Amino acid sequence: MSSPETGQGGNAPKAERSPLRRRWLRTPGQQLAVLGVGSVVAIGLIMALLSWASGGTGAAAGVDAATGAITLVLDTEPPQMNSSISSDAISARVLGHLMEGLTRQDAQGALVPGVAERWEITEKGATFWLRADARWSDGKPVTAHDFVFAWRNTVNPQSASEYANIMFGIRNAQDISSGKLPITALGATAVSDRELRIEFAQPVPYFARLMAFTVFYPIREDFYRSTQGRYASSANTLLYNGAYRMDIWTHGAQIRMVKNQQYWNRDIIKINVIDFAYFTSDNNTIINLFRDGKIAMAEIGQENIEQAQLQGWNINSFSEGALFYVEFNHRPGRITANKNFRKAIQYTLDSSEEVNQVIKIPGYLPGKSLFPVWLDGVEGKFRTEYPVREVTPDLEKARYHLELARKELGLERFPPIMLLTGDTPVSTRVSEYYQETLKQSLGLEIRIDVQIFKQRLAKMLAGEFDMVMAGWSADYADPLTFGDMFHSSNVQNRGRYKNPELDRQIDIARSSLNVKERMDAFGRIQDIIVEDVVILPEYERGRLYVVDPALTGMERRVTGFDPDFTYARIVEK
Amino acid sequence: MGRYIFTRLLQGLVTVWFIATATFLAMHAVPGNPLSGNKALTPEIQRNLEAKYGLDKPVSEQYLIYMGNLARGDLGISFTQKNRQVNDIIREHFPVSATLGIIAVVFAALGGILFGALTALYRNKWPDTVIMLLVIVSISVPSFVIAAFAQLALVRINDALGFALLPVAGWGTVSHMIVPSLVLGLGTMAYLTRLMRSSMLEIVNSDYIRTANAKGLPASRIFTGHQLRNAILPVVTVLGPAIAAITTGGFVVELVFAIPGLGRFFVQAVQQLDYTVIMGTTVFFGAFLVLMVIIVDLLYGFIDPRVRVN
Amino acid sequence: MSIELRPDPAMVPGAFEPLRREATAAKLTRPSLSYWEDAWIRLKANRRAMLSLWIIIGMLAFTLFGPLVWQVDPAAQDVQQTSSAPGANRSAIIVAPYVRWAADPAASTGTGLRLAAPATTQQVRLVWQPVAGAADYRIYRNIVPPRDNGALGVPLGTSGSADLTRYEDRMHLLAGTSHYSVVPLGGDGAVMPGRQSLVVEVARAITLAEASDRGLVPQGSTLTEGDEVRYALHPLGTDYLGRDMLARLMQGARVSLFIGIVAPTIFVLFGVIYGSMAGFVGGRTDQLMMRFADFVIALPFLLFMILFKIAFGIGPGESGILPMIVAMVILLWPGTARLVRGQILQVREEGYVNAARLLGARTNYLVLRHMIPNTMGVILVTLTFAIPSAIFTEAFLSFIGMGVAPPTASWGSMSNDGIKTMLVSPHELLLPAVMISITVLAFNLLGDGLRDALDAKMRSRE
Repeated sequence: MSSPETGQGGNAPKAERSPLRRRWLRTPGQQLAVLGVGSVVAIGLIMALLSWASGGTGAAAGVDAATGAITLVLDTEPPQMNSSISSDAISARVLGHLMEGLTRQDAQGALVPGVAERWEITEKGATFWLRADARWSDGKPVTAHDFVFAWRNTVNPQSASEYANIMFGIRNAQDISSGKLPITALGATAVSDRELRIEFAQPVPYFARLMAFTVFYPIREDFYRSTQGRYASSANTLLYNGAYRMDIWTHGAQIRMVKNQQYWNRDIIKINVIDFAYFTSDNNTIINLFRDGKIAMAEIGQENIEQAQLQGWNINSFSEGALFYVEFNHRPGRITANKNFRKAIQYTLDSSEEVNQVIKIPGYLPGKSLFPVWLDGVEGKFRTEYPVREVTPDLEKARYHLELARKELGLERFPPIMLLTGDTPVSTRVSEYYQETLKQSLGLEIRIDVQIFKQRLAKMLAGEFDMVMAGWSADYADPLTFGDMFHSSNVQNRGRYKNPELDRQIDIARSSLNVKERMDAFGRIQDIIVEDVVILPEYERGRLYVVDPALTGMERRVTGFDPDFTYARIVEK
Repeated sequence: MGRYIFTRLLQGLVTVWFIATATFLAMHAVPGNPLSGNKALTPEIQRNLEAKYGLDKPVSEQYLIYMGNLARGDLGISFTQKNRQVNDIIREHFPVSATLGIIAVVFAALGGILFGALTALYRNKWPDTVIMLLVIVSISVPSFVIAAFAQLALVRINDALGFALLPVAGWGTVSHMIVPSLVLGLGTMAYLTRLMRSSMLEIVNSDYIRTANAKGLPASRIFTGHQLRNAILPVVTVLGPAIAAITTGGFVVELVFAIPGLGRFFVQAVQQLDYTVIMGTTVFFGAFLVLMVIIVDLLYGFIDPRVRVN
Repeated sequence: MSIELRPDPAMVPGAFEPLRREATAAKLTRPSLSYWEDAWIRLKANRRAMLSLWIIIGMLAFTLFGPLVWQVDPAAQDVQQTSSAPGANRSAIIVAPYVRWAADPAASTGTGLRLAAPATTQQVRLVWQPVAGAADYRIYRNIVPPRDNGALGVPLGTSGSADLTRYEDRMHLLAGTSHYSVVPLGGDGAVMPGRQSLVVEVARAITLAEASDRGLVPQGSTLTEGDEVRYALHPLGTDYLGRDMLARLMQGARVSLFIGIVAPTIFVLFGVIYGSMAGFVGGRTDQLMMRFADFVIALPFLLFMILFKIAFGIGPGESGILPMIVAMVILLWPGTARLVRGQILQVREEGYVNAARLLGARTNYLVLRHMIPNTMGVILVTLTFAIPSAIFTEAFLSFIGMGVAPPTASWGSMSNDGIKTMLVSPHELLLPAVMISITVLAFNLLGDGLRDALDAKMRSRE
């Protein structure tokens, strides 16, 4: 029998109380809660530990007036910082601030002295006299030998520079590049420390302009040899003679440049630090960074235009001077080799409609000619002095020519036409638009073949296309860079177009020293391209960008390195 | 035990060799010359470049040369980043991806276990519904959409607050790590939550749990002592491949948040047909994954005494 | 003391009678059910699972029969209505066909920035007052009023010379309010003071020829300029090229669902077979099989996708759906295999397996009847996660040209396109994303329900 008064407390188990003696962690819910809190703490500790172990970029502002610093975005890690063999725009953007050639562009884009203080160009060659106060960042003077060394490196077949052909105007350059002559045979010699003499293989009228390009920058031989094969792989295996020198280079993450106190023209440089602190090509990220005030400049794509307007940002446009066009395959056996077929397409597609209704990005100009609008002619702009004959779209004429083509080719119906294109958003849109328009208007079936860049190039070289959407940007600021594209001997002529008359005009333009004669030849080239429908110009690409109002003087360039901050400065808002 | 580890490592080596060979064959079957740049090259320059990179030799010879270098640990020089050794690229960028990946996996694992257990505990009550809803959202929205939204949300928050609560992009400090790793780990976390939930619910009906309950063991003891431990097993199995997948699949996050990681380099290399980088990173990732799997298998044996593999 | 057994008065010999023999010895209280019949009944009782089953059936109906009801070509581009939201205003006025603007010196009356003709979406013609000393003029267009700090909007271009004080805007004109500004530029390109601004209401316009081409007016219609006409109806709006969203969603459903269902089903099946064999057999064979699985996981997916596309000889511009499925099947089964193997290893040690073996059960029987049903939960979860993963993989591949070729749509590629215009026209992203989400949700709930219904262990808990 139990007696109530001596009950041992806790005998009767209560429903909620756990028999465990501890206070907390009684129910599973509590246990989970503790686990949760513990996890958060653990994660925080891990992050702190890992962050301490790795390096990192600080979160500076886009424009810092106090220190004279600006922060920017770079699309990707520069592929090649050895100026003598570099060929891409990203490396040029960085190199152009770190080094300087014999000449350079001023704020308006005109040619002004760089390392050279004066020069003389004749039919046979050129002579450059270097200034006395041009120095490398370690204090030693820049000499003519440095230029000779760098240029020899470019044409050296072992360097395998992709841009060696830009030097073929210099005597023996081509033979050296194919291994027939030693590099010491190059027609560029240092007469003295401050005099550089060049002999031409054929006249190069625009030679002084060429000297502003990355590939013609100097490299000092003793420094190069001291890096023992690691030249241009880090910030201290590079030597600088430009407005800035590299302070930090964390691969794939950051490049920081500070003002070079040894630069001869340092007084005009107002920005002390240029910091490429973010490496990304994602448009949204870049816009977000700009909006957050973290970078001084951002390029905006079409999808961001509305946002830019709503935010009240200053939008600028820049015609970057590249021409985009449809190239036909002129090889025998291809349908597109038939001129009437091409004429039919020429009368159907309207580049204005394409730019205004399909691409819809302000800054893009409808393509009308092989030569973009920014090229100079005799005195003014080339396109003003030699207006192109415009072809008005006309569906009736188009169908008429198509019928002619069908009969000439002896076809019942046209087989599918292959349109080779890239994978960028604009090319996707335009190719789909072409597919639809040519089907609606001419009843043609177009098959779109989307290829990434390398594979597209491979197919172009092999001739595996009927039509291909291609683009071309200028190597130098002279119409010849566009004019000679379709010479029958040019490797770039991927459609294998052959026209002796065109070849003849190009040869005139290449060799003549008479400006008027050259421009006339370009005029005739322009006409042949339209008459014979060698290509169909689509558009001249433009870009929109926004800049922090505190930053002015940033120059956008069609040729050379772009953007150029040499003449930029920070102003009070 | 030692012998077991040794055999597994040996097998791992053979696997890595298979991976390298298969990738080598695959890459050489894909058309497109890795050396074609922006401009077409004159024949002389083309020949010079090919000679320099050894592309003019027959494929079988290239294979032997490569395997020989691989055995020595030399992964060659990148085709696109012309001054960098592949070893350097991996050495500099893998730690970033690894950091991102580790934090993401820790998020995913802890979060998955936590939330999965929560949903099993409060089955059919409101925590269950809320968490499952979030899980569904996480897995039905593509990762790049989530990343874009997250970044946009950050910008809006920073706007509204007037100061930068968290950086919108970049890498380096703890605050840079939070959002990207969350975004990266979200998908795996959702998956693990479901997995955990499903295995816990199965276990709850098994005999040993019922026995423990009948024995009078308090619910909390059963929970941690039995349920949690047994339910973690499928989670641990998936963790190995999940780690590798997160490390390699971080491409989108690395791009959107401007993080200098290896995943971004790898996909770019595939697009540009940069042979050496592709081979190097594939072999590296392959070796990494094999190692992870071995570790996980050992872990599995440790956690579940029934599964001591001999 | 003796215990007395008192007789029970009810217990008399007559109280007991033998039972009559009946045909049926025992009546069944309910019909005998097989495993699957039982599962089906339980599934039907689960409301959420049934709802999702109906959703899936609805989705399939949408895919298969939708195009019969809504017969719009998913590739047709309505260039006038690009990126239009659902329910947007679609009335337009008929105008004469576009004629190039001839220079008309006499029409320069008026001051400031003004219209030379009524502003329509066909063209906006501006003339303005010359500014002394200007070498060129730049024209801006904005969707909000211009600000004094220089934020004038988008620079459309320049007039070309100092004499040309007119400009025609044809760049992506949209109906609504636009704010135009004209700024004089000096010889060096620098901005001079003297901005002129104008608020313009742009009306939507279409030519009669175009209207009849698009079937907006009947043939031989008597409509003339100034009459109103309505653009084609797009109930869910249009995408960035003016293609009907509803039609594209239907087409996308076909592609995404086909890939999303077929590929995972195949590779999960294969993974289950492979994994359960490995787990059951154990020992060296298991090791070898798993090593092979590891090898397959480590292969770079993208590279092999490209390879398969070529190996299949898919020509340019053709959709590579088959190679995509094959690639996914060949490369994605190891995940399931590992998971199933792990479960089998666990289940293998259970008591009933040993009991069955002692009773003489063969391997097939054990695997099919005991092991696989007990791993159903894990398999089903894997499957319901493999489906959205397959859909997303397909989206990524379509974007880089390894999947569907344009103009064929898939939900994944539509989402990709939609991200770019996320802020401006959210419907382009939301619609395909929501479709993906609904599909995924439905499969998940169905998977949940199936697991509850099929799980052998839970059967005992009635």
